[in-house]
Amino acid sequence: MSAAASPSAGDLVALRLRGGGFDWRSYLLHGAMLLAMLLALGILLVLLADIAVRAIPVLTERPLDFLTSDLSSRPARAGIAQGLVGSLLLVVFVAVLALPIGVAAAVYLEEYAQDTAVTRFVRTNIRNLAGVPAIVYGLLGLAVFVTLLGLGKILIVGGLTLAILVLPIVVITTSEALRAVPASIREAALGVGATRWEMVRSHVLPYAAPGILTGTILSLARAFGETAPLLMVGAVAGTFSAHGGLIEQLTGPYTALPTIVFNWAGQPQDEFRALTAATIVVLVAVILLVNGTAIVLRNRYDRRW
Amino acid sequence: MTRLSTLDLRVAPRRRRRERIVRLAFAAAAGMTVVISAAIVLSLVGNALSFIVNVDLGALWSDGWFPRRGHYDIKTIVAGTLIIAGIAMLVAAPLGIATALYLSEYAGRRTRSLLKPVLELLAAIPSVVLGFFALTWISPNVIQAFTDAPLFSMASAGVAVGILVTPLVSSVAEDAMHAVPDYLREASYGLGARRRTTSIRVVVPAAVSGIVAALLLGVSRAIGETMIVAIAAGATGGSLFGLNPLEPGQTMTAAMTALAIGSDQVRGAALTFESLFFVGILLFGMTLSLNLASEAFVRRVRRHY
Repeated sequence: MSAAASPSAGDLVALRLRGGGFDWRSYLLHGAMLLAMLLALGILLVLLADIAVRAIPVLTERPLDFLTSDLSSRPARAGIAQGLVGSLLLVVFVAVLALPIGVAAAVYLEEYAQDTAVTRFVRTNIRNLAGVPAIVYGLLGLAVFVTLLGLGKILIVGGLTLAILVLPIVVITTSEALRAVPASIREAALGVGATRWEMVRSHVLPYAAPGILTGTILSLARAFGETAPLLMVGAVAGTFSAHGGLIEQLTGPYTALPTIVFNWAGQPQDEFRALTAATIVVLVAVILLVNGTAIVLRNRYDRRW
Repeated sequence: MTRLSTLDLRVAPRRRRRERIVRLAFAAAAGMTVVISAAIVLSLVGNALSFIVNVDLGALWSDGWFPRRGHYDIKTIVAGTLIIAGIAMLVAAPLGIATALYLSEYAGRRTRSLLKPVLELLAAIPSVVLGFFALTWISPNVIQAFTDAPLFSMASAGVAVGILVTPLVSSVAEDAMHAVPDYLREASYGLGARRRTTSIRVVVPAAVSGIVAALLLGVSRAIGETMIVAIAAGATGGSLFGLNPLEPGQTMTAAMTALAIGSDQVRGAALTFESLFFVGILLFGMTLSLNLASEAFVRRVRRHY
């Protein structure tokens, strides 16, 4: 009969549902996206590998000497001790200054402030501050701290400038962490007669702490790698001798690891290429370690309410 | 029998006083952010104004950017900035959007939890490091492999800026795609569309405002990026007006860095010091308007869903 020659209705439907064969455009899109992902991943790997290879001569021949020597125009003697001290002091300065102020501002905006025009303005302003290029913060530091207040180009000025730079980021990440705490937690505290501050201290902050911590760790890592504003407020480019107590360090000329990278990257000699790469290895190792810790912390304490 | 009134529910005076002090301290912290914005604007405007008053206006539209010789040609540094930002977006837009689409529509939970940290680590690499990478790897291995560009070129700096901006574009775009409600996808699948059609014809159009916001934010970040261009784009001393991306070029941010680290110029001649702030206010204005536009697009997404 003729029914045996023509395909059955069931076969026709199956063919239609399969979309008429090989769908090359879907594979093309999928392939393109995978390629983009691989490219992003590949760039990170190439960057890390390339710099590690370049750093090998310095890191194998005189690893300790490199970390403990002062800056020098002679590549065989140059080291990053002053940069390590400078970067460390800067980060501590930023932590002491920007974290309490940033967290306090976020707590005010999320837990105290009513939704008024003023509050909305402050919020918009903070978002915009987070988008201001880093170099403009350097100009602020140069105009206000170096010139207007006449503090000169000292470490404290660099620390103040970086603290102002990360403040909006701290506020934004802390706000997000506070918003993730459900209202029922607050109501529980208020319901047993806590004042607003008691509620914040005993209920909201403990639950938001992991989020606040990861956010602030990441912003400190940002401050650690920031260069442009420090160039504006005079992290030293050449060699200098700054030794002595904490006070002399804070009020004297200073440099930081990223500033050293910038200066040495501008030197034509090959020896300085290796020194730059070695400095980058130290800088990036610290940053990746800190960021990795923050990501692990976040994943461990990520709560779903 | 004692009668209770609302007065008995009032908090004890000491607790109330502490409450007021804490609230005031928090409000002051939030107010600090407004003070910072005001300080940025005032310090920029003040110095930029005295630059405009003192400079020979013809010098603002001459043959190049040579502050040492009194040539402050704005179009040179604006053109350099836009060329590098353009190249950066040629890299960051496809890479960022493809990554976002993959993470939001294709990747499973496990792949996502592996890929997102990688992007975050890429975002954490300091820009000085990418600048060194642009000069020592991208320029010889990518740009010079296909063109006869010199070692320092706007092209290599632009590619590196693109790499820097990609994680930002990707994360903002992904947020926008994530915000597209599932019922739109379900409706599309219900009509028999495949994943490719659903992604391209439903999710991307629905998230288009957020994707535009991501791109605008990317451009803003690319314009404000400093260290990569200062290291890899060449032209530290000054630059003639030029539009060829395979030549060295001067951006606004690199011009500022050059002024600041040639510290004799910044301290010595008042005019070059003030020109720093003039370029700064130009940069601030450009990035601020891009950020505000980006935020307007993000608001549109929120209003829709």
